[in-house]
Amino acid sequence: MQETVIRLEHITREFPGVLANDDVSLEVRRGEVFALVGENGAGKSTLMNIIYGIYPPTDGSVYIRGKKVETFSPRNAIELGIGMVHQHFMLVPSFTVAQNIVMSREPRRAKVFFDNRRAEEITRQLVKEYGLSVDPSARVQDISVGVQQRVEILKALYRGADILILDEPTAVLTPQETAELFRVIRHIIREKNMTVILITHKLGEVMAISDRVGIMRQGRLVGLSDTRDITEREIASMMVGRPVLFDKLERSGEPGETMISVEGLSVRDNRGLVAVDGVSLEARAGEVLGIAAIEGNGQSELLEAITGMRPAISGRVRIRGRDSTGLEPGQIRALGLAHVPEDRLATGVDPLADVSDNLLAGRQRDREFNAAGGLRLRRSSIERYASEVYRKFDIRGAGLHGAVGSMSGGNMQKVVVAREFSHETPVLVISNPSRGIDIGAIEFIHTAIIEKRNEGCAVLLSSADLDEIFRLSDRIVTMYEGRITGEFKPDEITKEEIGYYMTGSRRKEELAPNETAD
Amino acid sequence: MNEILSQVFSAGTFTQMLRSATPVALAAMGGSMTEHAGIMNIGMDGMILMGALIGVLGSYVIGSAVGGVAAAVLFGILVGLFFALFVVKLRSDEFIIGCALNIFASGFTAYVSRAVFGLSGTSGYEIDYMRPIEIPLIKDIPFLGEIISGNTALVYVAWLLILVMWAFVYRTPYGFWMRASGEKPETLRTAGISPEKMKWLSSVLCGMLCGLSGAYLSLGYLNGTFVEGMSASRGFIAFACVIFAAANPAKAYLAALMFGFFDAIGLRLQNYISSDLTSAIPYAITVIMMVYVVVSKERKRRSLQPRHDAAAAQPPAEG
Repeated sequence: MQETVIRLEHITREFPGVLANDDVSLEVRRGEVFALVGENGAGKSTLMNIIYGIYPPTDGSVYIRGKKVETFSPRNAIELGIGMVHQHFMLVPSFTVAQNIVMSREPRRAKVFFDNRRAEEITRQLVKEYGLSVDPSARVQDISVGVQQRVEILKALYRGADILILDEPTAVLTPQETAELFRVIRHIIREKNMTVILITHKLGEVMAISDRVGIMRQGRLVGLSDTRDITEREIASMMVGRPVLFDKLERSGEPGETMISVEGLSVRDNRGLVAVDGVSLEARAGEVLGIAAIEGNGQSELLEAITGMRPAISGRVRIRGRDSTGLEPGQIRALGLAHVPEDRLATGVDPLADVSDNLLAGRQRDREFNAAGGLRLRRSSIERYASEVYRKFDIRGAGLHGAVGSMSGGNMQKVVVAREFSHETPVLVISNPSRGIDIGAIEFIHTAIIEKRNEGCAVLLSSADLDEIFRLSDRIVTMYEGRITGEFKPDEITKEEIGYYMTGSRRKEELAPNETAD
Repeated sequence: MNEILSQVFSAGTFTQMLRSATPVALAAMGGSMTEHAGIMNIGMDGMILMGALIGVLGSYVIGSAVGGVAAAVLFGILVGLFFALFVVKLRSDEFIIGCALNIFASGFTAYVSRAVFGLSGTSGYEIDYMRPIEIPLIKDIPFLGEIISGNTALVYVAWLLILVMWAFVYRTPYGFWMRASGEKPETLRTAGISPEKMKWLSSVLCGMLCGLSGAYLSLGYLNGTFVEGMSASRGFIAFACVIFAAANPAKAYLAALMFGFFDAIGLRLQNYISSDLTSAIPYAITVIMMVYVVVSKERKRRSLQPRHDAAAAQPPAEG
């Protein structure tokens, strides 16, 4: 058996009011891919930040190659050969690739001057050695997320890392980029006998690449196993603490009339650039239309324009046959549309208001809930309504009168979904419904979406999670740089194939008439 | 009319341009440091004012202008440390601290000046000041010689500093770290370098340069005189230059030159137009400069859309 490179003994880390790590002990061996899985808030990142020296443990000890760590600082961790690729990249956008890679260990001329030529040379050498291709003189702000990640990995390697921690590395990658990343991981392990710790919550990836897996729940390590001795389902159950089914969702009914129709819609983003460029699509009653796109390709702006949160520069939107272009969000809702927005904290809930007020929001003008011409709220009927919704959607945490802001992400999302789904509208626009929430809540929300579909709702779904798109959609359209690049049935195409359409390297001709000129 | 033009574009105007521009340029180069480190420093005016007083005071006590300049720079370091203590260490709002620094400076300098020199200020005191330096050979070049030669030492120091500060920011690892500390501090932290240290450094450099700027004002520009409120918003003009130059010290110097040029023209025109109007010129130019920055940034942003030209050219939908 290979030597142990990291040994954690009884690691406990407390933050004010939270026990992030609770008596965690584990070992990582040289030359393996160790996957650390768990739901959000399970304590994976805290544990890795301790190893990387961002902060010390409250209790317990860390041993790197048998030596106890006394000082916890990134500088010390780097000296011990630990490199970490953070979920949010640690790159300076206005610097070049080479300048980012050599940061803190710059090659110098005359002791004080930054030697840019040497920095680029070093980068080219690293590229050759590890087979990760990047352009040394490109600015980080101009390169894609996938390439930025390569830069992060090269940076860690340049600093002499032989233990590499990757925090949710595939969250922002296309299937092709993920495959490429795994190829690199295998390469560095085989050729350099390095060690990789992979933090993730995508179980498919755990099975595909890891040798061993550690499962965390509520700060504790609840499972540790060789990957080949455990199934995806077992891991999922340990993560959640109860059996998770992920049954096939039962579908019924045929698609009916067109409920959302978008024609030639163009929309600008916050920077004033054209983010949606002549998009046309239709969603019918009784179907889920999924939009698959890598973040920042116009899908957010498209949904915001449909729901009235952002003006269109040209084109038309019709909701149930009525022209809704240029209407206010409230007017569009009145046409029979409900919206689960992308950013639940900013636009989904009022974090300071209590759960019942948040559940009521949007219906406060209903006769049922107010009296005296809007001067007085009928508290008792609100109470009755809110508690019914609360029960039906199995919201837990703050209670009916606790502030929404104090709830977990999953329960906060349930509040949004509960409110919007209770409006009983025939059209639903949903954006990233499961971002940052736990498996149990995801399961619940997925079931609720399919129920709505079976009831005859038209659902327009956008998600950064391809698994989610494939699981829920009856039809999928891909978007790239503000344009639709393809339309598919989920059983006609693989995730890998759809990745080509999401990166614009393929497109269905008939869907992109504007492209014929070139 | 010809007479006015020949007056306005005489060598004397350009000499005056350098004289007016130098204090603004020194402060703007300092402000470029804090700007790069992600600190919005509106306290430069107060830093200049204190530098001006300490320069005069130092020169008076030590008996030499060089001593005065050194005292102003040392005091500038202290002010920079003080600023960083609140802004970096105690994480106070930099806008509030900048305001406080300006208000404190006007009170502090008035108090010290009256306590030491009396109510009528420094007039009547023997204070060593910086004499113009004639550069042999160069001074004989027609027109240019008159402008380049015959300035006080700090004008030349400012020229040297253009190169030094520019090289520091764009050609040394420390400059890279300082810029990273403003643009993305976590990047530095995970690399094992403290972004806070770089912010402290930027603040101290800014304090030093503003100290120099103040010393130039009192010991160079006004021949050893301190007048209450003599910074006359030059710190804010310097701040405008920083923004205009995107914190590039060399460009900030050029922006200050532009200010100096209009200031000089204003002084020339005083013979023909009311001085109340002419002295407003450089400030009006500053406003126009800032509008230009905003408008050109916006235009640049809009032009950054390859591939989408066709759609962008379409007229917006009605309503």
